[in-house]
Amino acid sequence: MTTTAIPTARERAEATTPKRRPKREREGAAWVFLSPWVLGASVLTLLPMAVSLYLSFTDYNLFDPPHWVGLRNYTQMFTEDPRYWRSVLTTVTYVVIAVPLQLALALVVALALKSMKRGKAFYRSAFYAPSLLGASMSIALVWRAVFNDGGTVDNLLGTGGWVNRPGWSLLAVALLTVWQFGAPMVIFLAGLQQIPAELYEAAAVDGAGRWRQFLSVTVPMLSPVLFFNLVLQTIQAFQVFTPAFAVSAGKGGPADSTLVYTMYLYDRGFVASHMGYASAMAWVLLLVIGVVTAVLFRTSRSWVFYASEGDR
Amino acid sequence: MTTTAVARKPVRWSRIALHLGCLAALLVMLYPLAWLLATSLKPADEVIASLDLLPSHLEWSNYGTAFEGVNDVSVWRLLSNSLLIAGGAVLGNVISCSLAAYAFARLRFRFRGPMFAFMIATIMLPHHAILIPQYIIFNKLGMVNTYWPLILPKFLATEAFFVFLIVQFMRGLPRELEEAARIDGCGPFRSFFQIVLPLTRPALITTAIFTFIWTWNDFFTQLIYLFDPDKFTLTLALRSFVDASSQSAFGPMFAMSVIALLPIVLFFLAFQRFLVEGMASSGLKG
Repeated sequence: MTTTAIPTARERAEATTPKRRPKREREGAAWVFLSPWVLGASVLTLLPMAVSLYLSFTDYNLFDPPHWVGLRNYTQMFTEDPRYWRSVLTTVTYVVIAVPLQLALALVVALALKSMKRGKAFYRSAFYAPSLLGASMSIALVWRAVFNDGGTVDNLLGTGGWVNRPGWSLLAVALLTVWQFGAPMVIFLAGLQQIPAELYEAAAVDGAGRWRQFLSVTVPMLSPVLFFNLVLQTIQAFQVFTPAFAVSAGKGGPADSTLVYTMYLYDRGFVASHMGYASAMAWVLLLVIGVVTAVLFRTSRSWVFYASEGDR
Repeated sequence: MTTTAVARKPVRWSRIALHLGCLAALLVMLYPLAWLLATSLKPADEVIASLDLLPSHLEWSNYGTAFEGVNDVSVWRLLSNSLLIAGGAVLGNVISCSLAAYAFARLRFRFRGPMFAFMIATIMLPHHAILIPQYIIFNKLGMVNTYWPLILPKFLATEAFFVFLIVQFMRGLPRELEEAARIDGCGPFRSFFQIVLPLTRPALITTAIFTFIWTWNDFFTQLIYLFDPDKFTLTLALRSFVDASSQSAFGPMFAMSVIALLPIVLFFLAFQRFLVEGMASSGLKG
């Protein structure tokens, strides 16, 4: 394998030329490697962020030039648009239901699989599969049918189709997210397997029962992974779109009960062509996600335990 | 090992209970997939009227109808559109993300720290914050209703998650090989192509598979950029089924859903080790 790396005599002679050259060459080379990323980050990320901030202070319909309106998009959003607040409430409700349920299920299954000797790999893969399939339109359509009037859930529970009941429709969407608990579960499981067995043995020697071991060893050792999952799933949940879109057949109904934030943003920007208003919504979403992440990080200092801290 | 040996008998019963619990959970989990498969083979009058999961006879004509496609566009066309987009995205991500990752993992350059921090921050950045200006840019370039907006960004390493994944992997590689090569006069380019890239193959495979599946499943970007039915992907075609879904179209609609899911299922079966381990490592090193 290393034969290709063996240099010819000429190359070896070149390598002995002044020492500084390779270093400067490396700096130049670095920018060659980085160039696609630099182009993407500036033209497709930074520039759009600046543009959308600007557009959020304008009236813009994609065809006529943007028209500066100051804070009107924001004041309209916060004070005159009940559908906006409805979408905020719907999204927060969805996040609060889906994320804890999903993570709790992921943790329980990971704990169940941890000490399993046979079949662990099989269960791990099988439980993980929905995480790959669940984002698809196919599964969203299944969900709509299963939770519709006369669908499986209606027949089983006699509740009527959840999809058509304002109080229940969002729960159907949330359950589609909970169904995809495999991804955080796999991360939990990997985290659990990294906890040194000596810690449990030491705890057992000290007379700790299984519950005590769970609280005093598993929870603190797993808290960084739990934190990672919490941040990741929360951020993703705030941006939910496809399941809400498909379960409500693209309408966010019934009675706007599944009109999540990004669906309303899509509706304002791409259906109603209020790009300025949609940009303002996008920036509020960005700020809210930033604040929520910052709060999670701040509170994490009191409950996330990083093992390396103990070395000090 | 020693801890389980302490109490062997009760453990065995709890093991069986554990397996039963897991199997029961698995049945519930897999029900939607079983339902999908069964419904795709049901005759039209049984889809809603019958409570049985299994069809009374297998209605293969649902698949025949599905293959005729939607809006006069055959499934083969939709399938190749989807494949084209996913294939382009895979190629773009693997090339651009591995290039950027090598620079971040191994090379020294100015503003490396701030740029790395920015790259990490963009992992968290909600897509919607930049969606509208991106749309405006692609609109100005005349690229709306083409596949460029779906593929081009991948060639510019915009999916920072994969850059990060590959950086983490490269950092774990031993530096000795590269250092030996450098002493022998091997520059950063040869070092990248001949030493680092071959060793990074597992991370590149993980990147390729996740990119394929995520692009295949993507709906939102396709929804805003593509209008022409003959440019539609399977996902978009399924969506237009929803708009016109009378009960009689249920069988063909779910037959097409099965066709749309099949590549992901095959990828999953073929590469499950990479997928599960890729997911696991992304969380641990973060």
